[in-house]
Amino acid sequence: MKYIDYMQLNPFQRFWYNFSSAMKALPGKLKNFFVAIGALIVKFFKGIGKAVAGYVSRFIKGDWAVKISYLIMGFGNMVKGQFIKGLLFLGLQIAFIAYFIFFGWGYLQKFPTLGNVEQGMQINPATGGYELMPGDNSMLILLYGVLTIVLTVIFFAVYFASTKSAYAVAQQVAAGEKPADFMSELKDLLDNKFHVTLLAFPTLTISVFTILPLIFMILIAFTNYNKAHLAPGKLFTWVGFETFAEIFEMTEGASKGATFVELTKWTLIWAVFATVLNYLFGMILALMINKKGIKLKALWRTLFVVTVAVPQFVTLLLMNQMLQVDGAINILLMNLGLIDKGILFLNSTALVARVTVLVINCWIGIPYTILITSGILMNIPADLYESATIDGAGPVRSFFSITLPYMLFVTTPYLITNFIGNVNNFNVIYLLTNGGPTTENLYQAGYTDLLVTWLFKLTMNSQDYNLAAAVGILVFIVCATLSLVTFNLTKSAKNEEEFS
Amino acid sequence: MIKSYKLKRGLANAFIYIVLAVLGIVWVSPLAYLVLHSFRDEGLAVVPYLLPKSYSFQNYIELFTDTATLNFPRWFLNTFVVAIFSCIISTLAVLMVSYSFSRLRFKARKPLINIGMILGMFPGFMTMIAIYYLLKAMGLTQTLLALVICYSAGAGLGYQISKGFFDTIPRALDEAATIDGATRNQIFWKIILPMSKPIVVYTVLTSFIGPWTDFILAKIIMGDNRDNYTVAIGLQTMVSLEFKATYFKRFLAGSVIVAVPISILFLFMQRYYVEGVTAGGVKG
Repeated sequence: MKYIDYMQLNPFQRFWYNFSSAMKALPGKLKNFFVAIGALIVKFFKGIGKAVAGYVSRFIKGDWAVKISYLIMGFGNMVKGQFIKGLLFLGLQIAFIAYFIFFGWGYLQKFPTLGNVEQGMQINPATGGYELMPGDNSMLILLYGVLTIVLTVIFFAVYFASTKSAYAVAQQVAAGEKPADFMSELKDLLDNKFHVTLLAFPTLTISVFTILPLIFMILIAFTNYNKAHLAPGKLFTWVGFETFAEIFEMTEGASKGATFVELTKWTLIWAVFATVLNYLFGMILALMINKKGIKLKALWRTLFVVTVAVPQFVTLLLMNQMLQVDGAINILLMNLGLIDKGILFLNSTALVARVTVLVINCWIGIPYTILITSGILMNIPADLYESATIDGAGPVRSFFSITLPYMLFVTTPYLITNFIGNVNNFNVIYLLTNGGPTTENLYQAGYTDLLVTWLFKLTMNSQDYNLAAAVGILVFIVCATLSLVTFNLTKSAKNEEEFS
Repeated sequence: MIKSYKLKRGLANAFIYIVLAVLGIVWVSPLAYLVLHSFRDEGLAVVPYLLPKSYSFQNYIELFTDTATLNFPRWFLNTFVVAIFSCIISTLAVLMVSYSFSRLRFKARKPLINIGMILGMFPGFMTMIAIYYLLKAMGLTQTLLALVICYSAGAGLGYQISKGFFDTIPRALDEAATIDGATRNQIFWKIILPMSKPIVVYTVLTSFIGPWTDFILAKIIMGDNRDNYTVAIGLQTMVSLEFKATYFKRFLAGSVIVAVPISILFLFMQRYYVEGVTAGGVKG
């Protein structure tokens, strides 16, 4: 399409054109994506190859002190006058070796089987009595095994750096320079290497409390850690992709597979409705509040925004109470004479509960949309509306022909983030219905359970840790794909001309 | 013609006023119910009418004095202490990470940013069980320290908003300071931080509010140790089947006490909130 043709389209057609061309470009982008990943992997291995080559060549070229520091970390630094730095390297080496021998190795050697001695009644050789003997704890073996592997990788990175540093010092001395003393290196940490100082602490905490648990949980998905194999009483072991197979296995009754399919359907329905309803109604309300000639704008805005300000768990617990049989909403309906006896909003049928949750979510979510979109709505050029009015378009027509295309164009990334947020919307479901109404047809789940609340119930109530981890991985794959697509769309959108 | 146009506009505006008023009532009435009934004097858990018949401070007084089974003041204090500590640590972590990613240039910058983005996509509860076992191995479960660790350990991953802010400060300032002999440490404390007050305030407030509103992590870590509950799980306990009959009114009072300060803080920083949500995500 030529530029001139593009200019003649109306905003909606332009949006459609942009959208469809983005979709057409998608296969190419995907191809590029995989090519880029391939290139990254190649680069990674090339980097490793280069590092190994450097490692060997520095050993050959280095003097005797450098050669010794390949075995005793920091030796080269100490000989050349960097005494404290060398000592630190050495101390680290000793500490790691001690950790590995006395603690890590014991767990690491059991890592491939996750333990083989089950806890049980046995003859205690020390006392000669028949006692409950502790066996291997598969959970701890897995946890500390992962920890040991992570620490070993870090240690080898430090080791590599130390050999490099020893060689660098030797070069400096050979060139007749004085090697930097400890104080000046410390000072450098506040200047040229300031990022090391700043990032050290956050990286450490994130590694221990985010990355380590994540690796652990991902590995759990490939074991049979469930209520039949609970540590420390029983052992569990690697089972490969069996857990994933279980999820996609379709059998009759309340099987895990059927539950997964049912909950995935509901999660998607929920996410689509929750996102779209909140977006549309929030925007309409924001337009109403900001319409020319409407007075008391601040009052209307505050009325809605106050519900955002109140902590969500308070409003959700309150709503849960108000929706009970004897709760305020039923009392209101009865006083108005609309019903004779209380409605079971949250635990009668699947349909009633699901609709209720969606409506309550509108109550919670619409103010957010008002808050977010008000500013953007004000940026729509007023002349667009004026010319539309002159052409005889009513408010409904202008909304669908001007406002909506414009907003969709500008806020698509926000919508997708919002969609992902709704897929993971734990609080609303958990505090409002706790997944209910309960049913025999689903495995450990109720009709309003989302995948994430099911994941939570699987770990908390039925100890199906492996299943929960597998579900988590699947949710992650979906969310990550969506996020990557969004990211790419925003990037491409930035290069395009302004919407006008 | 002009007259009918005016009439039409007047009708449209009237219609909008009616819609806004009705919806405004729908939105505010649950909160009004919360506040009014927290002062309700008569009746037990629920009453079969909407407006209370008599008002008193009884629920609030009982909430703070009758602490034998459910100790609300203790929960309040717990949450406050946890909030203070995790607020300090997370603010530092967020500022440190976002400053390095925004102003400093080093080899690992891009890979680290990407790793941070990917880590953010995992559902948070997935790791909770592992974190629980990790804390158990450290002997920290059911303690407040565990909560502080959990709230502040991953804080560095929430760097995007303040990074976006730091990105807007002209780099010429850094360069000028470097020429004058300032180290990067001095630039951080003496130039960038004083210029970033809004974002520092935003970070402090969000990380302070976090522990008051988090629910799920606290519940997993605290289990049945009621003394160390935070307000969120404490209030949920009050409306559980076991306690609802006696504690419902106090639950309402407690909710008001938690909600009022948080709401004020939020209204105070809603501008930053909007900027934060739309930053990066929205083009415009």
